Amino acid sequence: MSIKDRVAIIGVGTTKFGENFEMTYQDMALEAVYEAYKDAGLETKDMDAAWLGTLSPGLTGLEGDAGASLAEPLNFYPRPVTRVSAYCCSGMEAVRNAAFGVASGEYKIVLAVGVEKMREVPPRGSLVARHIHETHPVISKGRTAPGIFAPIATRYFYEYGYSKETLAKVAVKNHYNGSLNPKAHFRSPITEETVLKAPMVVDPLGLFDCCPTTDGAAATILTTPEIAKDLKKDYVLIKGMGLAVTYGYFSMAFQEDNDFLGFKSTREAAAMAYRQAGIQDPRKEIDIAEVHDCFTITELVNYEDLGFCGRGEGGRLISDGVTALSGELPVNTSGGLKSCGHPVGATGVRMVADVVTQMRGRSGKRQVKKADIGLTHTLGGPGSIACVFVLGRP
Amino acid sequence: MLGITRYGVYIPKYRLGRDVVAKAWGRQFLSGERAVANYDEDSLTMATEAALNCLQGIDPKSVDGLIFASTTSPYLEKQASTLVATAADLTEEIFTADQLSSIRAGTAALKSALDAVKGGSARNILVAAGDSRRGEPGSDSEQLFGDGAAAVMVGDTGVAANIEGIYSLSEEFMDAWRKSDDIFLQKGDAAFVQAYGYARIVKNCVAGILKKYEMKISDISRFIFSAPDRRCYSRVVKSLNLPPGSFMEDPLLTTVGDTGTAAPLMLLVAALEKATPGERLLLCSYGAGNSDAFLFQVTPEVERLRDKRGVAGYQASKKPMTNYEKFLKFQNTLPNEPLAPYSSWALLWKEKKQNLQLYGTRCKKCGTFAYPRRRVCQKCNAKDEYEDAKLPRRGKIYTFAKDHLFPSPDPPTVMAVVDMDGGGRFYGQLTDCDPAQVKIGMPVELTFRRFHQGEGFYNYFWKLRPLE
Repeated sequence: MSIKDRVAIIGVGTTKFGENFEMTYQDMALEAVYEAYKDAGLETKDMDAAWLGTLSPGLTGLEGDAGASLAEPLNFYPRPVTRVSAYCCSGMEAVRNAAFGVASGEYKIVLAVGVEKMREVPPRGSLVARHIHETHPVISKGRTAPGIFAPIATRYFYEYGYSKETLAKVAVKNHYNGSLNPKAHFRSPITEETVLKAPMVVDPLGLFDCCPTTDGAAATILTTPEIAKDLKKDYVLIKGMGLAVTYGYFSMAFQEDNDFLGFKSTREAAAMAYRQAGIQDPRKEIDIAEVHDCFTITELVNYEDLGFCGRGEGGRLISDGVTALSGELPVNTSGGLKSCGHPVGATGVRMVADVVTQMRGRSGKRQVKKADIGLTHTLGGPGSIACVFVLGRP
Repeated sequence: MLGITRYGVYIPKYRLGRDVVAKAWGRQFLSGERAVANYDEDSLTMATEAALNCLQGIDPKSVDGLIFASTTSPYLEKQASTLVATAADLTEEIFTADQLSSIRAGTAALKSALDAVKGGSARNILVAAGDSRRGEPGSDSEQLFGDGAAAVMVGDTGVAANIEGIYSLSEEFMDAWRKSDDIFLQKGDAAFVQAYGYARIVKNCVAGILKKYEMKISDISRFIFSAPDRRCYSRVVKSLNLPPGSFMEDPLLTTVGDTGTAAPLMLLVAALEKATPGERLLLCSYGAGNSDAFLFQVTPEVERLRDKRGVAGYQASKKPMTNYEKFLKFQNTLPNEPLAPYSSWALLWKEKKQNLQLYGTRCKKCGTFAYPRRRVCQKCNAKDEYEDAKLPRRGKIYTFAKDHLFPSPDPPTVMAVVDMDGGGRFYGQLTDCDPAQVKIGMPVELTFRRFHQGEGFYNYFWKLRPLE
């Protein structure tokens, strides 16, 4: 049986994304959940279970290591809380498993929360340090997070003739969208010149091709469509959910079928989600999308992997303005990871919250005209995991 | 017959002009340049390269033993030859040993190998010598030393240089030393050392071997002496009254530098590259009062080794190093950001076939190759039905990126995805390269390098380098 139309999202909440030096991990979890409670008109006593997406508890001691990190600030005891970890898909993976909890009939109303505290340590002490100081002692040693995506840009330029100017358009678009989002980490529009003049991080990716290191949390409340209707809430339905694991963590770059022009994981996850949702022409049928723009090149290949355009046409799509806020298929109206920042576990949940908010017509200055069918997409690890949701209005 | 059956050398890519060093210190400089090991090289990796060059074209499993010689072994306690033998893919049923703590250790190893094969305890033994000595900043040694390695195979079949005699001198003499806690070499009084050290002892050793085997200077076609500097070298040449043309004008001192333990073997290889069958060679080494002399006669087999990339080949592919500060970083004289990431001796022990010997797996059912190794075939899902298959060493860059985040004494770290010639893919660091010259399609080759000090020991693995 398909998951289509069996789970409703009735409440969303997000903290301000940024350098939340004044908030602990638990403070952020609390803020996001209580905003979602307020949105849904519910409270902890109404919840049956929760899922918590966090990638890297190691960055702040043991916070996020288990569901207890969510239960403690909420006084959620003795309900079950499951900690979920799937690289950068951790947030969406929390929502996906929470949805199955509802669809199975075991739970009526559940929480799916994503939290990540990355700025208690310097940026070089967070994910950069993880890649350098953890991972396999020698296999793939030398790889960093931007180092996973930069060779894709190199090959993409070589194969299709694009250049850094094309990448810069993604940064400019997402910074503009972020400037309209009060909860984004970066809120200043930038020019292509700024992007192109920035220092190199992992050549060909410069500083403005990369998302920042950010703190944040996001929460969603899921239930059955029947309960959502009874509560008389403005809800959104899950139409399809796909998660695909296509490679290992250390060995991905060794795979001969990896063309470094996109991600098989995204293509597989999208195929699953589209099949469930009945999407045949994503470019025409999807009104709005939040996709994983950890680096500018990633957004371009995502367009292709998600079927918004053909292979090699991602650069043209951004240049033609198709994915701009006023375009035919607006992508990352929140500002994306590029402007919101990327607190890893929180990102996927934040995307769901942003798309739901657009569908309810509450996105303020960045509200799009038509948002009946929305998509969220996260890409994890070296691109070995991807998660795709299709959401729709009832 | 008994003697040298194969050879290989390794000289690192970088050459530091001695004027660059002199300029940094505002002092007079010595002529020429010296070879400088990259920051990811040491005596062990260079000896491995020389050993691999030596073994090219033969089955490494046919080697019966390996002796590593160096004064700069990465470990005071922990044998280096075992790792050289593993990386060179020798079997585990062999004799390995390290010859250390004298720059004459290379010829000591050579003598041991000759004795072992002659005595019948081994059919052949590979001798690999490598050195990367650090001279104190501002000292003559800093300019004189050079980094490099040489390897020779000793055996009794296919002999290219037949051994005719060996003679050694061992006299207690203090001219250069390094205590176990010294970083740099200490030297005795220059006038005393010059008069009574190298020149006297090498002269005596040459005279001794000639006398022992009833030969005259004129019976020798080529004299091969390693030397700490050109002044000492000239002194010996003059005192023996060697006829012109019977010795090298410059025993690689102005082009490579004094490569310590590796020097006598590297010079022997340089001589063999030019020698014609029938020639008689006299090799003499020196290290703090000790000297070994060898008499070789060149056989027609020497022609078989001509096509190898030898001393001349490495001389042709050098790259100038113009930055003295970078040299200090490469030597670790200026401290580098310490890199000691997660590592595990248990994990690396389990994975040595994959990580050190570059064996992937080939599915016996469908033939699919995998590197890193896989127990379940990625194509047909057959479980545990594979055979070992070696990852090819050469390939072409599919894509790459230049990383400014990864800590390195020589940023950016170029990471490359490489399609290997004959199948398989490798992803890793590119070394010995000019980042600006890296291109898709560029031919590259795997090279054994030192990575980091995770878990407190040296972690070695393979990198890629541009192929000349």
